[in-house]
Amino acid sequence: MATELKERPAPPSPREITTKPRRSDQIFRIIVTIGGMASLVILGLIALFLSIKGVHILTEEKFGFITGSAWEVTNDENGTIIDTKFGIGAMLLGTMLAALIAISVGVPVAVLSALYLTFYANGRLKTFLISVIDLMAAFPSLLFGFWGFFVFMSSAEYWAKLINKYLGFIPLFDVPTPIFERSPFIAGLVLAIMIIPIVTSISREIFDQTPLDRVQAAYALGATKLAMIKAVVIPYGRGGIVGGAMLGLGRAMGETVAVYTVLNIVYQVNWQILFGAGGNIASLILLKFGEAGPYEVDALMAAGLVLFLLTLLVNATADVLINRFGGKGR
Amino acid sequence: MSTVIPTPKKPWQPTALDKLEDFLLVVAAFGVAGASVKFTGLDGKIGFFFSLFFSLLLLNYGFHYYKRGTAAAKDSLLQVFTVMAIVITCIPIASIVGTVVIKGYKGIHWGILTNDMALNSVNDPVAQGGLGHALVGTIIMVGLALIISFPIGVLTALYLTEIRGPLARPIRFLVQAMSGVPSIVAGLFILSSLVYPVTQQLSGLMGSLALTILMIPTIARTAEEMLLLIPNELREAGVALGGTQWRTVAGVVLPAAKSGLVTAIILGIARIIGETAPLLLVSGGGDALNVNPTQGAMGSLPYYIWKSFLTGGTPEAFARAWGGMLVLLSFIFILFGLARYLSGRKVA
Repeated sequence: MATELKERPAPPSPREITTKPRRSDQIFRIIVTIGGMASLVILGLIALFLSIKGVHILTEEKFGFITGSAWEVTNDENGTIIDTKFGIGAMLLGTMLAALIAISVGVPVAVLSALYLTFYANGRLKTFLISVIDLMAAFPSLLFGFWGFFVFMSSAEYWAKLINKYLGFIPLFDVPTPIFERSPFIAGLVLAIMIIPIVTSISREIFDQTPLDRVQAAYALGATKLAMIKAVVIPYGRGGIVGGAMLGLGRAMGETVAVYTVLNIVYQVNWQILFGAGGNIASLILLKFGEAGPYEVDALMAAGLVLFLLTLLVNATADVLINRFGGKGR
Repeated sequence: MSTVIPTPKKPWQPTALDKLEDFLLVVAAFGVAGASVKFTGLDGKIGFFFSLFFSLLLLNYGFHYYKRGTAAAKDSLLQVFTVMAIVITCIPIASIVGTVVIKGYKGIHWGILTNDMALNSVNDPVAQGGLGHALVGTIIMVGLALIISFPIGVLTALYLTEIRGPLARPIRFLVQAMSGVPSIVAGLFILSSLVYPVTQQLSGLMGSLALTILMIPTIARTAEEMLLLIPNELREAGVALGGTQWRTVAGVVLPAAKSGLVTAIILGIARIIGETAPLLLVSGGGDALNVNPTQGAMGSLPYYIWKSFLTGGTPEAFARAWGGMLVLLSFIFILFGLARYLSGRKVA
């Protein structure tokens, strides 16, 4: 026995333990990281290329590009351009007007719907309504546009006349001539219908995350549903709702086809929302693109750049608000 | 001593009497609304709706005030408001679907899916021509966009869930920001970066690249949500068995999330299938069948609908457009139903 023990081989040298990833893992991580950077790269490229094409228009027109409200290309008889005026002020105003109408009509309806879905509906009805609203979020804007034009317009026009009749003394609701068709008001309402499903689903997700113990504490203290919602749900979800509204605003500002079909696009400053003239930047691009020469296309690129930066800003604000106050954006 | 077994009660649940009262309130509100439309200046459906709304509010308030005081009365007001909001949300959906079905079925005929418009104008009788070219174009463009954006979207999702690098937070924000890029800007970007400097012509490939930009965020976000649903124990088990991270992801995580990834694909397709603005700018929009995405104009369903609506003006053109819309909408319904079915099943 003793001799056998002497012949025991020396123990192997301790294996090297390392947390360093293997070659295959390193490659995997590099590939995934590169893929993950795609959104950064694409957003950067969008800003870069739109700037390359559009920045010389911006330097020529300077600040007038934002504030000006003329879009004219003057040619001499040979077709060469002698004078241009590009200012997207009117369209910027139109974008803001339509988007603001959209969120001021759409957000209250959407938040109340989300309250219904979270605190009143249950069982089959709840699942059904949620899938219907998610489905509506997937409808293409083309559909909203043509539905708005052919079906919704007549009733919206009726409301516009009603508002004008009784609130016409307010300058905002006054009209220079009684043309109520294809107005920013109607475009805003169509946009409101478009953003309702988005804002509803974000608000619903945030309401769902309300701490259950606080909800039950409120009930235990004898609160009615209204009192509970006022004391617990709204303070908890306020930031998320504002963030959701901002996302809706971003979508409403960038909308092209629905606005193009519903709105009567006239290049003029019009802040009387019931009057049938207006436009927004995206629909201007679509309208002018068909007949634009190379120089005008550059101006459209610059307009696209402004729109891009604007929506980026709105989305960034929305993201900050939603993330700071819980809930995740959709 | 006799023991009394208490029967469980649910005093918070509405009794049959409560339900009857609520029902009677609604009936009464309908009655008041009908009467007000009949006997006062209000008229039409909208007048009826408004009158119904206010009579519901008043009746509910009055009844609950009489029964349980101010707090309950105010509470009932909130309920009326939320119910009205959900009704207002659902009316457009019902109206849109109803309009498309009622107006669209006139535009449906045998051969709508196979014929193209090469020899027909939009004003021809509906039975001539069809949207075969548009369907093929849409399938090719969406397919190409899917081939490009699926790997990118899934890699982004993997970065956010598996690597969790220092940039995860900014990347998540950028994906969110990218989903807010207006579709027309995507079209302008492809124009300025590829069409003008490189290819000099509009084609289906350009259209699919523009769609890719819109599709990536949807896929990335859905895939991220689906990967987060995979329990961490699976990853730990994979690593504990001696797998490297790459083997764990490829052999355990991704197969487990398979149906979730399919859902991501479907939602991505549903996002871009009806996208119009970028295609108007970059795909050219042809009327004849074209299966080569790199050469020549390529039609698409949204373009077909757009053209029929805007250039026609005759009843035939409108029927054609609504028919196209019906085809598009049924695709969206099918995709959505598939996504529901897949995500409803348990994750493996």
